[in-house]
Amino acid sequence: MMLTDENKKYLLTGNEACAEAAIQAGCRFYYGYPITPQNEILTHMAIRMPQVGGTCIQVESELAAINMVHGSAAAGARTMTSSSGPGISLKQEGISYLAGSELPCVIVNVQRGGPGLGDISPSQADYFQAVKGGGHGDYYTIVLAPGSVQEAADLVYDAFDLADTYRSPVMILGDAQLGQMMEAVVFNKKCEPDSFKKEWALTGANRRKRNIVKSFFSVQGELEEFNAKLQEKFNLIKSKEVRYEEINTENADIVIVAYGTCARICKEVIMKNKLPDIKVGLLRPITLWPYPSQIIQEIAGKVQAILTVEMSAGQMVEDVKLSVLGRCPVHFYGRTGGGIPSPKDIIKKITEIISLKENTTCMT
Amino acid sequence: MSDKVILAGLGGQGMMLLGRLIAQAVMLEGKNVTFFPSYGTEVRGGTAYYHLTVSDEEIYSPVIEEADALIMMNYPSYLKFKELLKPDSMLFVNSSMIDKIDNEKNIDVFRVPATKIANDIGNVVASNMVLLGAYNQVKNLVSIPIFLSCLKNVLKGRKEPFFEVNKLAIERGADFVKNF
Repeated sequence: MMLTDENKKYLLTGNEACAEAAIQAGCRFYYGYPITPQNEILTHMAIRMPQVGGTCIQVESELAAINMVHGSAAAGARTMTSSSGPGISLKQEGISYLAGSELPCVIVNVQRGGPGLGDISPSQADYFQAVKGGGHGDYYTIVLAPGSVQEAADLVYDAFDLADTYRSPVMILGDAQLGQMMEAVVFNKKCEPDSFKKEWALTGANRRKRNIVKSFFSVQGELEEFNAKLQEKFNLIKSKEVRYEEINTENADIVIVAYGTCARICKEVIMKNKLPDIKVGLLRPITLWPYPSQIIQEIAGKVQAILTVEMSAGQMVEDVKLSVLGRCPVHFYGRTGGGIPSPKDIIKKITEIISLKENTTCMT
Repeated sequence: MSDKVILAGLGGQGMMLLGRLIAQAVMLEGKNVTFFPSYGTEVRGGTAYYHLTVSDEEIYSPVIEEADALIMMNYPSYLKFKELLKPDSMLFVNSSMIDKIDNEKNIDVFRVPATKIANDIGNVVASNMVLLGAYNQVKNLVSIPIFLSCLKNVLKGRKEPFFEVNKLAIERGADFVKNF
């Protein structure tokens, strides 16, 4: 399977699109341990990496995978691993080390139901873990949330560039729905991995001072200084890399905040005008960290209410509330354990919110 | 134009291939397509089902709440999904395996004896392609040669000898519904 024709449309699963985009973005080292619903990534890499002179290893554990990523990243290569829920939890120690060592890499999490072994159906319940650091210590990873197969591919390209720009792990946060469904995808984004000069990389100290990649600081005060530098970097990312999509938020009565699969379902309600009497808008965060707090804050000042829709028991809604800061009521609709909200569910919820509002008005 | 179709059958009856071929062919025709396979912890003999949305516009929700058409390969599948049919929609059934159909919603029913037709042309496994031919004929989606070129891409190597019987199955399916 050669997918190199940049003018051609391919019918691929979200998983395959992520894998292929990584290859097109110059990733030549992939390490993975199988887990549903992301196995197509490993399968695709196993077929394609040998064709492009890269390395794909089906390793003995998730820990091995993330630490091999650490090695390849330290050597200056573009590298990726992928997993789902339980496997991503196992990788957290490694992700913290990558963040602490300021190593660029891409991690794909195709979320499945949890907690524990959970199930293999779509979920967005790894949000907290993804956007609040995940492992130990003061750090964040950039988190990108695609909503379609094409966007999954596009964001994987961007993920590698962001990782190299900020020397930081970047996570693609998808879900089983997005990973398994097939859509048309075009691979035509230009990528120049060589334009990132990695002078810090461990490439053999031939006629230069040796580089050191580490996350351990033994001298008193050194670690605090390093943390301050990290925080400066995180602030820079927050100021420059926020991304979102806005639909019909202007003059809206209610704005839905949803990402990934949930955002698509909410879009159906809005674009097909299923609630003709209510003006409904959508704010779809594309970066989950850094979070689009500013725009949500602005919207909160202009609408009657905000509704957050997630495939979780209520995780992103906390960040929505932190952005809204009490300016308007924040409602939540969530499904867990493989339940996917339907447009009908969203319509019912919005109707409820509006009638709630009318009742309150009557009482006052 | 927007068409939401649910395909279902017994695991192994080829609904995945049927859906993928339609998705591939309409994509080549420039339409937007989303094909969502069920991938549960399925057991042998369980129902495998697929949501296929074809549209000239952007496709939003990939999950189908109300179907414009069902393509059903066996009776348990039909029972599972019949409630999702919209009024005035279309139902394609493998009538070799589904005989009882209740039609309260004024649905256009296409009873195609897919298993029997496939058996008659020498390979029962091609019953999915009979329904593909029938569905394509009624919906007038793409020309048969487009399906055949997609099919050629799938049936490579050791599967190549099966191309002819699949081609014949598509044609027989199309012929069968011409008389409806």
